Amino acid sequence: MIEFTFWDILRNLLFATRWTILLSIVAFAGGAAVGLLILFARISKRPWLRRFGAGYIALFQGTPLLMQLFLMFFGLPMLGFRIEPWTAAAFGLTFYASAYLAEIWRGGVEALPRGQWDAGASLGLHYLQELRLVILPQAFAITRPPVVGFLVQLIKSTALTSIIGFEELLRTANAINNATFEPFTVYGLVAVIFFVLCYPLTQYARLLERRAPAH
Amino acid sequence: MGYSLDFRWLHDAAGAIAHGAAMTLLLIACTTVLGILISILLAAARRSRYDLLSKAVAIYVEVIRNTPFLVQLFFIFFGLPSIGIRLDPIVAAILAMTLNMAAYTTEIVGAGLDAVPRGQSEAALALGLRQRQVFIKIILPQALKVIFPALTSQVVIMMLESAVVSQIAVRELAHEADLLQARTFRSFETYLVVTMIYLGLSMAIRRFLVAGGRRVLGAGVS
Repeated sequence: MIEFTFWDILRNLLFATRWTILLSIVAFAGGAAVGLLILFARISKRPWLRRFGAGYIALFQGTPLLMQLFLMFFGLPMLGFRIEPWTAAAFGLTFYASAYLAEIWRGGVEALPRGQWDAGASLGLHYLQELRLVILPQAFAITRPPVVGFLVQLIKSTALTSIIGFEELLRTANAINNATFEPFTVYGLVAVIFFVLCYPLTQYARLLERRAPAH
Repeated sequence: MGYSLDFRWLHDAAGAIAHGAAMTLLLIACTTVLGILISILLAAARRSRYDLLSKAVAIYVEVIRNTPFLVQLFFIFFGLPSIGIRLDPIVAAILAMTLNMAAYTTEIVGAGLDAVPRGQSEAALALGLRQRQVFIKIILPQALKVIFPALTSQVVIMMLESAVVSQIAVRELAHEADLLQARTFRSFETYLVVTMIYLGLSMAIRRFLVAGGRRVLGAGVS
C-alpha cells in the first residue's frame, strides 16, 4: 500500500485544481458568449424573442444545476454527440452561466436612462450600433460587481461536475480520501483551496461595489 | 438515431417521486426556519459591542460563502466522524444546509437591520422599551419587511442546491431520480421529469412565501 503524506495529498489536490480553474474559465467565457445572445433575445423588440429569453433564464435559474448537468450528460448523446464528463461539464456550466449573466446584464441595460437610446438614435445609429457603442459598454461597466460575484458562484459550482465524473478538485479529493481515509484533512484542504480561489474575487467584487458611483 | 422518449415507467414511479419531493420540502422547511433564526442571532452578534464575537461571525460568513456547498456537506458527513462526531445523513444534510443558508441570510438580515433608521430605536427607547423589546418588536419586523424578497430568493436557491445532498444518500428528490434511472435505464427522461418537478417546486415555494409574507408582514411585500 502506498503511504500518502500530507504533502502528497496537498500536491495531488493542487494538480487537480488546474482543472477546476480551466473549467471555470471555459464556462465563464462560453457563458458570456451564449449569455450575450440570450441578452439580445431578452431585450429584443419582438415579444416572442423576449418571452424565449425570459423562459430560458427562468428555466436555468429555477432548476438545480446538478439536474442540468445530468440532462447534459445523458441528453447530448441522444442528439448524436459523443459525450465525456469534460464536455458535459463544460456545456452544462456554460448554459448555466449564460442564464445568470444574461439576467445580470439585462438589469444593467434596463438601469440605463431611456435618453441613452434616444441620443444614440438621434446620432443616426441603428439598433445594433446603439447596442454596441452606447448601451452595452455602459451596461457592462455598471454590472461588473455582480458579474465578479457570479464568477465566485461559478467557481464553486464546478465542484458539482465531480458527480458526473469530471476529474476536478473534489473528485480527486474523493479518490484520495478513499485511499487515505483522512476525510477531515482532505476535505478541509479542498475547502481551503476553494477559499483561496474565491476570496480574492469576493473582495474584488466588494471593492468594485464600493467604488461604483451611487445612482 | 432511433431513440425515442419513453415515459411509461412514470406511472409506477409516481409514488417514489412524490416521496422524494416531500423529503426535499421537509429539508428546506427545516433549513429555512433554523437558518433564519440563527442568522438573526448572528446578524445581531455581528453588530454587537464584543469585538471577538463580531469577528468570529465575519469569519464564519466568509468561509461558508467562499467554499462550495458540496465540499461543506462532505466535510460534515465524512470529515466530522474522524473527530468523533457521527451524523445521520438527514441530520448532516440539514446541518450543512442550515450552516450554508445562515451565512448568506446573515448578510441579508444585517443589511435589513442597517436599513432601519436609527430614530426608530431611539424613539422606542424613549418610550421606555427595553433593549431586547426594541430589537424584537420595533427593529426586526421593519428589517424583515425590507429584506423579504431577498430571503425568498435565498430559500429558493437553497432548495435547488439541496439536490446535492443526494450524494450522501438522503432520499430526497434527486436521490429518487438516481435510483429510478438505475432501475428503468431511462436516464434522460427521469432527470427531465425530476427537473420539471424542481422547477414547479421553486415556483410554488416562491408563491407560497410571497403570499405568507404579505399576510404576516403586511402589504408591500413582493
